Amino acid sequence: MKMTSDLTSAAVPPPGPEDHRRGAGETLIVYSDLACPHCASAWAEISAREATVVFRHFPVASKHPRAPALHAAAEAAGLQGRFFEMVDSLYADRSHVDDPHLWRRVEELGLDLERFEADRRSDAVAARVRRDFESGIRAGVMATPALFAS
Amino acid sequence: MISAGEPAPEFTLRNQDGEKVSLSDFRGRKLLIVFYPLDFSPICTDQLSIYQEVKPEIEAEGVTIVGISVDSGFAHKAFQESLGIDIPLLADFEPKGEVARAYGAYVEKFGHANRSLVLVDEEGTVEWVHESPTPLEIPGANLIFDAIAASQSAR
Repeated sequence: MKMTSDLTSAAVPPPGPEDHRRGAGETLIVYSDLACPHCASAWAEISAREATVVFRHFPVASKHPRAPALHAAAEAAGLQGRFFEMVDSLYADRSHVDDPHLWRRVEELGLDLERFEADRRSDAVAARVRRDFESGIRAGVMATPALFAS
Repeated sequence: MISAGEPAPEFTLRNQDGEKVSLSDFRGRKLLIVFYPLDFSPICTDQLSIYQEVKPEIEAEGVTIVGISVDSGFAHKAFQESLGIDIPLLADFEPKGEVARAYGAYVEKFGHANRSLVLVDEEGTVEWVHESPTPLEIPGANLIFDAIAASQSAR
């Protein structure tokens, strides 16, 4: 029988061109859930470090039902060059996460709302988020945030 | 702990809805039994949440997943609802831990099971076992897929 996705054990993939990266210095890969309170408090600390931070999506939908929508929103913002700004915004204020609040964030970041709306519902964005999630599963990530030095 | 190749001990337990579930119900399908310590303990919460995320992939391989702990069916129901999961949870409640004991997963000094995974094949034979070194260590979902892949390549 063929596996739908290969989720067998594999090392954490090294940072690649498609990863979301910010900063300079030693590389820190973080698998993070945008609706997770522990991730939000860790994010402030991680962002303050002098390091290259690689953000990988790890939404745990059963635990945080809003997570998939937030990860898609960050990815859609990323398509307009503002990925980390959206992540920072979502972690800085975890209480305003429904659609009208997301639209306000989009406006504050100066993004094209119509394009954002189309992108965040696209299969490509869902697949991009899922790719990170699966690499985390293969690496044995069982809680968020999960940090790896590279 | 029970070993691969041994017959899986038969059991009948009630699930979160009070329905009886027996090992023999799964004959003809593989069954992954997740023994875990307790409902509502923080680590179990993470473990079952992550398994829930990959449940479609586990089922696509012809494997049914169930959780077993010493909690009652009522606690299981509340735990399931609080986590937003639909993995069936079986109550190894009375006599307490009897099924965990039969599989060698029970830890007397804690009064609950260790975190252990048991893959039972279509004929009711134990195919693979993973026992965490301590209840604090969570077996990654990747280990489940490794075991399923090994089982398929052995055929």
